[in-house]
Amino acid sequence: GKNEYDLLIIGGGSGGLACAKEAAQFGRKVAILDYVEPSPQGTKWGLGGTCVNVGCIPKKLMHQAALLGSALKDAQHYGWNIAQPVDHTWSVMAKAVQNYVKSLNWGHRVQLQDKKVKYFNMKGSFSDPHTIRGLTKAGKKTIVTAENIVIATGGRPKYPMHIAGALEYGITSDDLFWLKESPGKTLTPFVFNVSLECAGFLTGIGLDTTVMMRSIPLRGFDQQMASLVTEHMESYGTKFLKRCFPTKVEKLESNRLQVTWKNTELGTEETDSFDTVMWAVGRAPDTETLNLEAVGVKTNSETGKIIVDASEATSVPHIYAVGDITEGRPELTPTAIAAGKLLAQRLFGQSSELMDYDNVPTTVFTPLEYGCVGLSEEAAVQCYGSDNIEVYHAYYKPLEFTVAERDATQCYMKMVCLRESEQRILGLHFIGPNAGEVIQGFALGIKCGATYPELMKTIGIHPTCAEEITKLHITKRSGLDATVTGC
Amino acid sequence: QEAAKYEKKVMVLDFVMPTPLGNSWGLGGTCVNVGCIPKKLMHQAALLGQALQDSRKFGWQFTEEVKHNWMTMAESIQNYVGSLNWGYRVTLREKNVTYENAYGEFVGPHTVKATNKRGVEKLYTAARFLIATGERPRYLGIPGDKEYCISSDDLFSLPYCPGKTLVVGASYVALECAGFLAGLGLDVTVMVRSILLRGFDQDIANKIGEYMEEHGIKFIKEFVPIKVEEGTPGRLKVTAKSTKGNQIIEGEYNTVLLAIGRDACTRKIGLDKVGVKINEKTGKIPVNDEEQTNVPYIYAVGDILQDKLELTPVAIQAGRLLVQRLYGGATSKCDYVNVPTTVFTPLEYGACGYSEETAVEKFGEENIEVYHSHFWPLEWTVPSRDNNKCYAKIICNIQDNERVIGFHVLGPNAGEITQGFAAAIKCGMTKEQLDSTIGIHPVCAE
Repeated sequence: GKNEYDLLIIGGGSGGLACAKEAAQFGRKVAILDYVEPSPQGTKWGLGGTCVNVGCIPKKLMHQAALLGSALKDAQHYGWNIAQPVDHTWSVMAKAVQNYVKSLNWGHRVQLQDKKVKYFNMKGSFSDPHTIRGLTKAGKKTIVTAENIVIATGGRPKYPMHIAGALEYGITSDDLFWLKESPGKTLTPFVFNVSLECAGFLTGIGLDTTVMMRSIPLRGFDQQMASLVTEHMESYGTKFLKRCFPTKVEKLESNRLQVTWKNTELGTEETDSFDTVMWAVGRAPDTETLNLEAVGVKTNSETGKIIVDASEATSVPHIYAVGDITEGRPELTPTAIAAGKLLAQRLFGQSSELMDYDNVPTTVFTPLEYGCVGLSEEAAVQCYGSDNIEVYHAYYKPLEFTVAERDATQCYMKMVCLRESEQRILGLHFIGPNAGEVIQGFALGIKCGATYPELMKTIGIHPTCAEEITKLHITKRSGLDATVTGC
Repeated sequence: QEAAKYEKKVMVLDFVMPTPLGNSWGLGGTCVNVGCIPKKLMHQAALLGQALQDSRKFGWQFTEEVKHNWMTMAESIQNYVGSLNWGYRVTLREKNVTYENAYGEFVGPHTVKATNKRGVEKLYTAARFLIATGERPRYLGIPGDKEYCISSDDLFSLPYCPGKTLVVGASYVALECAGFLAGLGLDVTVMVRSILLRGFDQDIANKIGEYMEEHGIKFIKEFVPIKVEEGTPGRLKVTAKSTKGNQIIEGEYNTVLLAIGRDACTRKIGLDKVGVKINEKTGKIPVNDEEQTNVPYIYAVGDILQDKLELTPVAIQAGRLLVQRLYGGATSKCDYVNVPTTVFTPLEYGACGYSEETAVEKFGEENIEVYHSHFWPLEWTVPSRDNNKCYAKIICNIQDNERVIGFHVLGPNAGEITQGFAAAIKCGMTKEQLDSTIGIHPVCAE
């Protein structure tokens, strides 16, 4: 046709890259635009999107660094003689993490090349429904036309613009992972999983870290589990300022930051100084410079996200969207990847399979990890009524914690089931080490419609934490002590 | 414990015959004292050694020289095991189960003689009996084996560091022990008669062996020891013969650990007096699908059962369900199909269902599809180690909607990963359902 490409993707992140590579498999002419607008602090990165550069990957690696700090302490109980003091050097860790991320950037570029996907390091915006104007860093313009266009530009962290000094002096997760020097004494106001995860590993590597929260932690997640997660962090050493919110950030002569906040419980105003203030107030979809109005792609007036239907189609024919940019979808890499792949298969591979967003498992990588799939207890109660659900639960102690003399108070799991005879599993929640590894297989079981009796017929693997899930038998309704005892 | 819930009058006889070297332990059986529990803890100690090395790459700094103290570890572990022994005694007391630390044997119908440590004998009668005596390590039957060699029964409470060790055997016990001993910094050699991990997927077994070799464990393949004697002071001299010819080799070690198999404790408990049939060759007891022996009032569970899996959770499940059927009116039988398991070698191996060989044998190569992948755990990237060693494969039955009939994963936390997949296999998962499940990122299980 008259269009240069069969498929043009704007955004080289999890969703965009997956879609591009899949489409290329069908022998299509595919192009992808990726561009990183530097953060207000000047941080930028390469191809791969949020997950690779400023999300999942560096986050998990730094989380691992913190876990290894705990391992060092445990090791002494297991007979390893390590002379104190044990120190952590931020720059060694950061460099190693950044080098690995760069290798992934490189890997993606090589893959695109191998699959003959044309890559433009340009910022794209719409001229018309089939035409994209690409702009390089230097200001050079390129016009690209395509039969189908996929918007996958993701999101960027928001700044609380109403707080004086927030933009000038604060950083976000976009900057944290690329810091060359230690962030030092850090404050993370607000409590989305990102801030808890970051506060968690910063504490773990020995930094003085404070989390400030106005109301509840991990909104949208099961609140009982969220409390256990934050309780553990408190016992682990992270400081929490509850029912507080910041009002201003100022720079001191020493170059440190002075933060003022309101304590809504005591009705007082308090201040303290920090080396770093990291905002985690949510992410905004990256649509501003796309010029969506020019082509009529509809967005949600509240969130700014692009509205799509079950086939990832926007309000404009031949224009699609996947990933964090889309309204009503989980902001997760695996869903973006799956959606991108399936979209390519539907466009070019004669498939009609739609993305299933139900029962998507996820894990919060706090010092004590929290993995879950399905409904929270509150959502289940709301949906079915507390009389119609049964919650099986247990407090357990990982074997490895015993010799290490570690506190397992928050190691807990619960399964929310329908109460009627089949007892289908609605949700599974697990707090403990390796929560992601534990939950993944069970998510699969839930996809297969697993019921409580089927789970009970499954023999446990001994000794693991996951086996306790197959042994859940105390209900919340019974009021009995849910602590696992013995072998 | 389950029977006591139904207010039955229950008695448990437990007695540990000391090992040839005089070692013994408390209530709880193999798993708690000389199996799963101490094994996993020593495996954890070895993993922590690796974690120490990794941590430097993640920015942690401490002295170059890090040494492991066996006594500190063994003592901590024995203390924990002791707490479990104690916990069981308390639980039995609380549930009004009579416990006697005595050796039980049948002397006539419905009658058992219990002999305690001091030789005092008592007779007990019961309506029903459950035999759950488990197994003990086998010895080689060569000169010096009982005098000089240790087994897993001795290893976990050894009051001195085993030092340079020869592990004889290729069972999971042998490989797990060799694995953690090497991880603690010891010089380890494994002597193998033929193949590794008989009965397990051989493709994976070989990968496990390769990984161990790459990590410093020496393998002497196709040899069997024929004599163990004292060597230079403090050491044992082992003479071994090739299984393929006449070649003889010798080696010296501080410790020789035998892990060549286990034998059921069924020969000296008077089974002949009550007519319970056992497999004369293996010593194992055949039971029906309700764990009943050929004598209607005598049941059996656990490692002593013929053709069943030697695993703690299987024994627990079977025991519980049996009691629920006997006293609770339940009908559920223990499901021995698709029982998941994990081998805690340095590179852990989790499995559920068919191995590739048995799947090919049962269904035919053209009727199965094997999907597989190597992977590199994110946590190993920064320390730059072991790229492309981890591996996963699923075996699907093409004729049954590509139902997943075998699951195998080789990598860290294999047990935690495998458990959920075992549940999914129990629900009859197909490849399509697996494909449509979203992964958790970034973890190995995805």
